Amino acid sequence: MSPGKSGHYFTFRPENASFKAKIEELSGENIDLCMQCGGCSSGCPLTEEMDLLPSTIIRYAQLGMEEALDSNTPWVCITCFNCEVRCPRGIDVANVMEALRQATLRAKYDRFSLDELTPEELMELPQIAIISNQRKLTG
Amino acid sequence: MKLPYYPGCTLKTNAENFETSTLEAAEALDIELVELPRWNCCGTVHALAKDDVMHYLAPIRNLVRVDQMLAEGDVEDGKLVTQCVMCWNTIKRANTAAIEDPDKMGKIKDFMEKEPEYSGKVEVLHFLELLKEKGWDTISGAVKLPLEGLKVAPYYGCLLLRPREVALDDPDNPRIIEDLLEALGAEVVDLAYKSKCCGAYHAVHLKEVTAELSHKILSQATELGADMVVTACPLCEFNLGKRQHEIKKLHPEFGSIPVVYYTQLMALAFGLNEEATAFDENTPDPRPLLAEKGLIMER
Amino acid sequence: MIMEKNESNMVTIHVMGKSHEVPGDLTIMKAMEYAGHQFRRGSGCRGGYCGACATIYRTKGSYKLLGALACQKMVEDDMYIAQIPFSPAEKKTYDINDLRADANAFMVHYPEISRCLSCNTCTKACPQDIMAMDYVQAALRGDVSEAARLSFDCISCGLCAVRCPAEIVPYNIAQLARRLYSKFVDGPAEHVLEKVKEVEAGKFDDELAELQTLDRETLKERYETREKRL
Repeated sequence: MSPGKSGHYFTFRPENASFKAKIEELSGENIDLCMQCGGCSSGCPLTEEMDLLPSTIIRYAQLGMEEALDSNTPWVCITCFNCEVRCPRGIDVANVMEALRQATLRAKYDRFSLDELTPEELMELPQIAIISNQRKLTG
Repeated sequence: MKLPYYPGCTLKTNAENFETSTLEAAEALDIELVELPRWNCCGTVHALAKDDVMHYLAPIRNLVRVDQMLAEGDVEDGKLVTQCVMCWNTIKRANTAAIEDPDKMGKIKDFMEKEPEYSGKVEVLHFLELLKEKGWDTISGAVKLPLEGLKVAPYYGCLLLRPREVALDDPDNPRIIEDLLEALGAEVVDLAYKSKCCGAYHAVHLKEVTAELSHKILSQATELGADMVVTACPLCEFNLGKRQHEIKKLHPEFGSIPVVYYTQLMALAFGLNEEATAFDENTPDPRPLLAEKGLIMER
Repeated sequence: MIMEKNESNMVTIHVMGKSHEVPGDLTIMKAMEYAGHQFRRGSGCRGGYCGACATIYRTKGSYKLLGALACQKMVEDDMYIAQIPFSPAEKKTYDINDLRADANAFMVHYPEISRCLSCNTCTKACPQDIMAMDYVQAALRGDVSEAARLSFDCISCGLCAVRCPAEIVPYNIAQLARRLYSKFVDGPAEHVLEKVKEVEAGKFDDELAELQTLDRETLKERYETREKRL
């Protein structure tokens, strides 16, 4: 077994079948199709900021490893859909990232609060930036 | 041709130059864009969770408005034209997903009980698709001032081309903006990074990340000899253009390069006045460069 | 004048879990007082204008929790009632002179407006039939005049804020919109300024001085025979 970028070992956790099922249900994707080709990770523009690669996160989800929820990867993901376009098995990886975000957001957790923005920043930022930030990072 | 038009919040506030140049360029092509009455914010990002109904309300409500406009005879066609790429992507995807899912559509209809039921017949078009339909020859025909000598790098951003289900052109090798620029007489500079993400909404809390991503795109444009970059998305324009001061903080050697909306170049090529091109609202100011190229009067 | 008790039309209402028999032709507020409740909070003008008596109620057989003003809404048989006398909403402080009538005024002071889902829950909750979602959206796109016009009847009762899934406080946004409208769009009332100038110039000094010397009877006569402008 080789460690992922964060030093985690991959372990099969059949007791977390409900976690995997939840991710599949929320995303509408069949994550078992993933063959770990790494195409999504190679096309992702934000891997330098992520602690786990997108393909690693999918592997975690396949194995029922809830540690995927502790990763910063779904929050760094910018939903650019590069992964969706590249996946040779037709998985919309961006949907899976959203499912991971929703799994946390729906438990009353917000990743970012508007309280952290200064009036100058609020003046400068275009509305679509703030609106999409709130849609993706808050419940 | 009178078509329903959805501006989106940002075109009314931080990106007025985009709207002004769009409406003026459309008029020059005999396209009348009639703004939707009582429109609401589209929500800018498509709701990706499969069980989501709430986030569909905003885009579907706007589509109901199009139905209403058609019924009142305010427009001739049920084709909704949008300019903001994020709005286009959101409304188009919501439209498709809702029509394909009668269960979800039923829930939406029940919840929005006071609104007329959505017909399911509205087609959501991006302005670029409308231009392509018009024909590049027609566009060339309207050009009064060919943009000769202007080397322009088209930057598509993410949401025009992805995901595959909505892409208005080939995600791996798009041509639509290149064709437009050539019709306007400009010289196209092809960027390998033309559809690499600028960082989008990370501009809110991860400024350095968007600055890095934007830096990669802009330096490539400069290296390949582009005079300016054109974009179709107000958030890309913000990250690539208005946030160049953040890029300079990380890369002091970075030389600025103007970033404009493609409709502003259209307005320029069609010979329209200063108010139509609205270059005064762009940062960095593209006018010195355009004056150098002899395309506008020296100030 | 004491009103006759109309015993033929008694209904049952339930307030905070206790049931009461009350006349059916009373408003919620009067009915609760009839039942013995004393209003220390949640009562004000009693005329549908101050917004103090925001109430959530439900009628039997319906699953819907609806909003109303206790001083305006009539009771119905098997009505379940709870009062919302105060919404602890944050009201931002701003100097109106530092603002402009555009979307930024809202984005800077109430950035949560960007969370609006266009779900229309606020409109449904409003006891004044205001199109609340529409004015929030108007503010979001910088249309201060429209936001002010649509929210004109708002009495800040707080029912919209209590129900909003995006945690927006619509009535605060409406308040800002109306202030911006009066200050920057509508401008000062010219005729009032004119009149003030006339007063300060002493145009009415003699008349006022004369009136102060008159006795009560003459004043009454003057008042009753005054020139009426219709």
